[in-house]
Amino acid sequence: MKVRIFGLAIVLLAGLASAVNAQVVIDIIDGEVRRTPVAVVPFGWQGQGATAPLDVADVISGDLYRSGRFDPKPESDMLQKPTSGEDVDFDDWTILGIEAVVVGSVVQTGDNDYTVQFQLFDPFRQEQLVGYRMPATRGTLRRVAHRAADMIYEKLTGIKGVFATQVAYVSAQKRGNGSLYRLVVADYDGENEHVIMESTDPIMSPAWSPDSRRLAYVSFEGNRSSIYVQQLRTGNRIKASSEPGINGAPSFSPDGRKLVVTLGGIDGNLDIYTLDLTTKQKTRLTTHRAIDTEGSWSPDGRYIYFTSDRSGGPQVYRVPSEGGTAERVTFEGSYNARPRLSPDGKKLAVLHNDRGNFRIGIMDLARKDLLILSTGSQDESPSFAPNSEILIYATRAGGNGVLETVSADGLIRQRRSSGQADVREPVWSPFPRY
Amino acid sequence: MSHFKLILIALGTLALAGCPATSTIPDPEPTDSMPSDSSSADTDGYGNDGLRDGEFIDYDSGELPNIIYFDFDSSEVRSEDTDIVSRHAMQLANNPSARVRLEGHADERGSREYNIGLGERRAQAVRRLLLIQGAGTAQISTVSFGEERPQAEGSNEAAYALNRRVEIKYTN
Repeated sequence: MKVRIFGLAIVLLAGLASAVNAQVVIDIIDGEVRRTPVAVVPFGWQGQGATAPLDVADVISGDLYRSGRFDPKPESDMLQKPTSGEDVDFDDWTILGIEAVVVGSVVQTGDNDYTVQFQLFDPFRQEQLVGYRMPATRGTLRRVAHRAADMIYEKLTGIKGVFATQVAYVSAQKRGNGSLYRLVVADYDGENEHVIMESTDPIMSPAWSPDSRRLAYVSFEGNRSSIYVQQLRTGNRIKASSEPGINGAPSFSPDGRKLVVTLGGIDGNLDIYTLDLTTKQKTRLTTHRAIDTEGSWSPDGRYIYFTSDRSGGPQVYRVPSEGGTAERVTFEGSYNARPRLSPDGKKLAVLHNDRGNFRIGIMDLARKDLLILSTGSQDESPSFAPNSEILIYATRAGGNGVLETVSADGLIRQRRSSGQADVREPVWSPFPRY
Repeated sequence: MSHFKLILIALGTLALAGCPATSTIPDPEPTDSMPSDSSSADTDGYGNDGLRDGEFIDYDSGELPNIIYFDFDSSEVRSEDTDIVSRHAMQLANNPSARVRLEGHADERGSREYNIGLGERRAQAVRRLLLIQGAGTAQISTVSFGEERPQAEGSNEAAYALNRRVEIKYTN
């Protein structure tokens, strides 16, 4: 397994350079939401050396900034820098209009053992909103910091944070006459990039298992398509499907025991199948002569949503996951593809042709209205964050694929990119299990 | 049957000769993997049909194009390209040991997995033409790369036109 950590400068349009020091380029391109002014005071440190192995406050501050909802003040604006609750002078923060203050410390308790603690205060009400203490090692410090940010974010917004999640994606880099394709797993903020698969043949359609421990994907090794399921920890993989013709578009069932896949067979009629990963049994769910592909389970496991052009152009249909009659789901416009349901089951993200531009659309399944979330012309591959509030997708910039995130209401949109390769097909992991 | 093929070849070649579009067809893949004796059996039969001089039948010289291009949102082989497919069919019919892999491709617009479907549809269109004209099922495999292996870079119509294609690759 190869591990690469990108060290790239951050571009910040909102003048926060001193407060945030992330590794991915993040441009805030849209922010119609008022950012709440907050302060994450530099954490105290007790241990060997002058500073802690990780600037925990910086990680938390970066998370809150990237959420698009908060404006963490730079250290230079702070009138005091307390590291524990009893030292917080609320007036020093209310006078600056700061609505939430985070203080904390990192204490070394052993050779590779640390304790991270933090407290969140509302200076106007002069009360603690949350306080927590977590053990850590050098290897887990960053994740612990993200987890602290998740707790702070949830307390302040009522929405579960996704700062401790990961994103998998495919990158392609020109090499000779062809490209080098990589399947990459990184923290949601672009840190800790791990290349888990590398090939000179295309890699496509990564999909997370519900326990975040495996990725399914399509690889064209040997000039044929096969579906693999790879364990992230060990790098071991199994070939889940390698039938003649197309083996594509894998997606896990909510219980993680099955995949929905697309098989084409020797005559190339793409249909939706479920594949039991234990028994290897395949069950055919569609038989139409049209292209049926991109199956995706509903979170309750009852339906499989898929793309079909049985009506002419591609539209979204759904079929009961145990088999049955397919029914059409999307009707707006001539092109709706790549359906993905939000984890709360309330919204459907699609790739929509918006007057010639391929953009990410989101449909409220109860109201049936389609909201266009992105502004590019070649946007694709929408994937929901596990809190159903944010989506990640691929767009094009300067001839390369880059990743953007957008809030499900369309109000906060951000671009993120590792800047080097053509990046595509981002898929957001489920919530981590602690 | 062979008479029908020859008419197709003659018509197609005439169409090719007068068609400027063929100049945009890039060099075919290296042809060293093509069976070198692919034409011998065929040319034997030509004399009976009075086409003995048959110089235009150049599939033996490695100049037979092996990329078929498609119109936007279409998986129909263009009429001017049917003769190319016919000549490949003949090559396969006359060389039962020959094998081809039809690699279908799509332009970059739209969903990647749906584009896999569109590329496969194009590969299957070529496959059906090959089968109708005498190639055997076991000689042909298909794979669709969708938009994953573009021939031309760029987000413009010229690049898209080059990327909507089927590549006919001889594998032995």
